Amino acid sequence: MQRSFIAKNPSVLIFLACLALFTLMVTIFSEGFGVGMISTSFVKTLGKTLCLCLIAVAMDLIWGFTGILSLGHFAFFGLGGYMIGMWLMYERTRLIVVESLSQTEIPPTRSEIVDAIGNQIFGVVGANEFPLIWAFADSLFLQLVLVVLVPGLLALVFGWLAFRSRVTGVYLSILTQAMTLALALYLFQNDSGLRGNNGLSGLQNLPGVDASQDVVSLWFLWASAVALGLGYLLAAWVVSGKFGSVIRGIRDNEARVRFLGYSVETYKLMIFTLTACIAAIAGALYYPQAGIINPAEIAPIASIYLAVWVAIGGRGRLYGAVIGAAFVSLLSTWFTGGQAPNIPLGFYTIKWVDWWLVLLGLSFVAVTLFAPKGMGGLVDYWTQRRSPNRHGANLGPNDGAMREQEASK
Amino acid sequence: MSTLLEVSGVSVTFDGFRAINNLSFQIGEAELRAVIGPNGAGKTTFMDIVTGKTRPDEGRVIWGEKSVSLLKMSEAKIAQAGIGRKFQKPTVFEDQTVQENLLMALKKPRGWLPVLSYRAKPEDLDKVAELATEIGLVDELTRKSGELSHGQKQWLEIGMLLAQEPRLLLVDEPAAGMTPQEREHTTDLLLEAAKTRAVVVVEHDMEFVRRLNCKVTVLHEGSVLAEGSLDHVTSNQEVIDVYLGR
Repeated sequence: MQRSFIAKNPSVLIFLACLALFTLMVTIFSEGFGVGMISTSFVKTLGKTLCLCLIAVAMDLIWGFTGILSLGHFAFFGLGGYMIGMWLMYERTRLIVVESLSQTEIPPTRSEIVDAIGNQIFGVVGANEFPLIWAFADSLFLQLVLVVLVPGLLALVFGWLAFRSRVTGVYLSILTQAMTLALALYLFQNDSGLRGNNGLSGLQNLPGVDASQDVVSLWFLWASAVALGLGYLLAAWVVSGKFGSVIRGIRDNEARVRFLGYSVETYKLMIFTLTACIAAIAGALYYPQAGIINPAEIAPIASIYLAVWVAIGGRGRLYGAVIGAAFVSLLSTWFTGGQAPNIPLGFYTIKWVDWWLVLLGLSFVAVTLFAPKGMGGLVDYWTQRRSPNRHGANLGPNDGAMREQEASK
Repeated sequence: MSTLLEVSGVSVTFDGFRAINNLSFQIGEAELRAVIGPNGAGKTTFMDIVTGKTRPDEGRVIWGEKSVSLLKMSEAKIAQAGIGRKFQKPTVFEDQTVQENLLMALKKPRGWLPVLSYRAKPEDLDKVAELATEIGLVDELTRKSGELSHGQKQWLEIGMLLAQEPRLLLVDEPAAGMTPQEREHTTDLLLEAAKTRAVVVVEHDMEFVRRLNCKVTVLHEGSVLAEGSLDHVTSNQEVIDVYLGR
């Protein structure tokens, strides 16, 4: 019990080493700094994948460890992306506007510049004035604060309302899904102030940076790797101590935790808000690499994918979530990118672009039924961790409780 | 002896069914009390009311020398005030080790911030080891509690209750499904606990109640039918009719 944190959690060190090695290899083989075997667009894909791994870690915290199946975490991810996107778009447009107005004889006033920026950004939705929510868009610092603050506050308010009323299980999942759907529908409106279904675009261009995308993509890859490493470390630390005991207790048997004197609602709220903030940071790093964000990203289906990744990776173990997210999202890129060869059956040709979702759905069902430990469970063959024999009984009465096959002796 | 818990005139109705009907109950500090009664007499509902799980329709539940009402408090707050509860089915955290279970129950700040920064100190581990010795699980500290036998889980749960250092212990059928030797150990644990705190034991098994050798409260249809020593209540004609004479 008195051993150090790393000694108790050797998987953390292994994970960080793998992550560092991965980042180094990509850098060496990249076009920006290395021998150019990995294209810049693939570097971006890998960087984005790291961000998806980070939100998967958050999902594992909330679902795998606390037993709350949230189907709304991509709302926080998207909001984080919007917050950083606002600054990127504002600042870049400002530079262009200042550049073009500098040709005029009379130097433009400040309000003229702001008006011109507004015109540029909101022309597509038939407006030219800045809505109130863009008030801080000219400050990188404030906008970075908002990356965490806005999704964090939303999670805090939503969670407070939901947990206080003791909504649990599938009802809570539906509520979170309704939240993300409502947010997406709101953002789809042109007068939401965030350019409706056009979303924010051109985010890959960092204002005031002359470096090529080859280099910028690597910066973001590094930033994403650092964020994933720190996020993983934080999550591992949170679940390692007594807090981890309490949230796992909540997952398996929430009433018992309550009678021990722990305020279950507060704990749920804290972990919900924390994971929302992690998701938001992941989103803020993801969308500058994707280049564009629009409300479709927040649609409930994205959050359901997230649950699928964590389930396929193996919930209740952080590296499982990372493996699941990386594997499934990269595979998904491969299949939907048209790179997977079609299978001609004579009478019908299986085109993976169409059939990939069916394959994903089938593997999700198969994993849940036959290998509940997911891909992370493969590690158990190596470390010889075994499942307890509980004659099919779960480890607690709650909906989200650990199942016999997921647990270890 | 001062009163620790006073329940007076409490009634609760579930869908028209009166589970508790004008129930009054008192227990002092360092007292052992057995509550018996046929199925549906309201024994478990009584515990639910005291621990805050069920809100009564009317009546008062007063706690401690400051006479605070428990009716407005959440389950967690009631537990923090010093009421521990053991469920009928052994409920321990099966995915966690015996040590983790006991550490979680240990009387420490329950807020999320102190818990987040909490790291077990040597004296906490000593305390846990001491408790584990008392409940006979000192060799099982690093085992997942889900692996324990039924009786061991019951003891672990009692150990967790003791770790909470409650002033009132509510114990629901502690001896259910235990072997005779295990029962004896459980009796000893409860008698020992009752020396320093109030203990309420809900039990079906008369033999077990006899061994506890304490004041008995008989519940029937949600209210108190008789109260006194076991011999006194078992000679009561009404009690014989509704419970013993079946």
